[in-house]
Amino acid sequence: MHDDSMKGEVLVILRHAPHGSSWLREGLDAALVAAAFGRRVTLLFVGEGVTALVAGQAAGALGQKGTQPTLEMLAMYDIDTLLVDCQALDERGLGTADLLLPVTTLAPPELAATLAAHPLVLNF
Amino acid sequence: MRYALLVQGGPYSRQAAHSALRFGEAAIARGHRLETVFFYHDGVYNAARLAAPPQDEPHLVDRFRALHDNHGTQLKVCIAAGLRRGLLDEREAARHGKQGHSLEAPFELTGLGQLIDAGLSHDRLITFSP
Repeated sequence: MHDDSMKGEVLVILRHAPHGSSWLREGLDAALVAAAFGRRVTLLFVGEGVTALVAGQAAGALGQKGTQPTLEMLAMYDIDTLLVDCQALDERGLGTADLLLPVTTLAPPELAATLAAHPLVLNF
Repeated sequence: MRYALLVQGGPYSRQAAHSALRFGEAAIARGHRLETVFFYHDGVYNAARLAAPPQDEPHLVDRFRALHDNHGTQLKVCIAAGLRRGLLDEREAARHGKQGHSLEAPFELTGLGQLIDAGLSHDRLITFSP
């Protein structure tokens, strides 16, 4: 496993695509607050959540705020461990080159170890 | 054990809040301490002061309130998620120029930092999501 994934205290799992619900936005809010309170935060994108990382998540016809500006702020909050379920990427025909930010891809067995390595897991 | 619950489902429309209550009440019955329930996402609607369910259905707001009254459980509602969805206590209602308030003690509006603290300071944080 990538070393950085072992270091976090708070693992925020993002399972939803950017639009259609507020799960992604409210999940990212929780991650930013945890980081602002000085916690080491790891983000894990699984399932539909991987589409959050595709570039160009701007506000659109739905009237929801876009999430790309929030993702671009993560580094300012020292959230730089972004883990992605590689199977979810494959299933959607995506590769790391399609994504907005540098990520570490994990195979399914590593996902379980990542969960086990974090004292607090928040699932959105 | 010291438990915290995170409730993210709205009342009646989803199972999450019912399950959280049943889990919380069962944990207390087994001698554990349920110190905090944190409401986030659509879970904030569980704090609606004006909820008036039919008499033959469980009154979820009263059941959560009873956890506080009988066992000292803190009932914390994310302020950002609450304000967006119309859950305002008297202070926030005044601040936003609203005529009435929709949330009152023992439910309290609080920041997301309290969720992170609860997650790291209790023995267990159990999430109930739709």
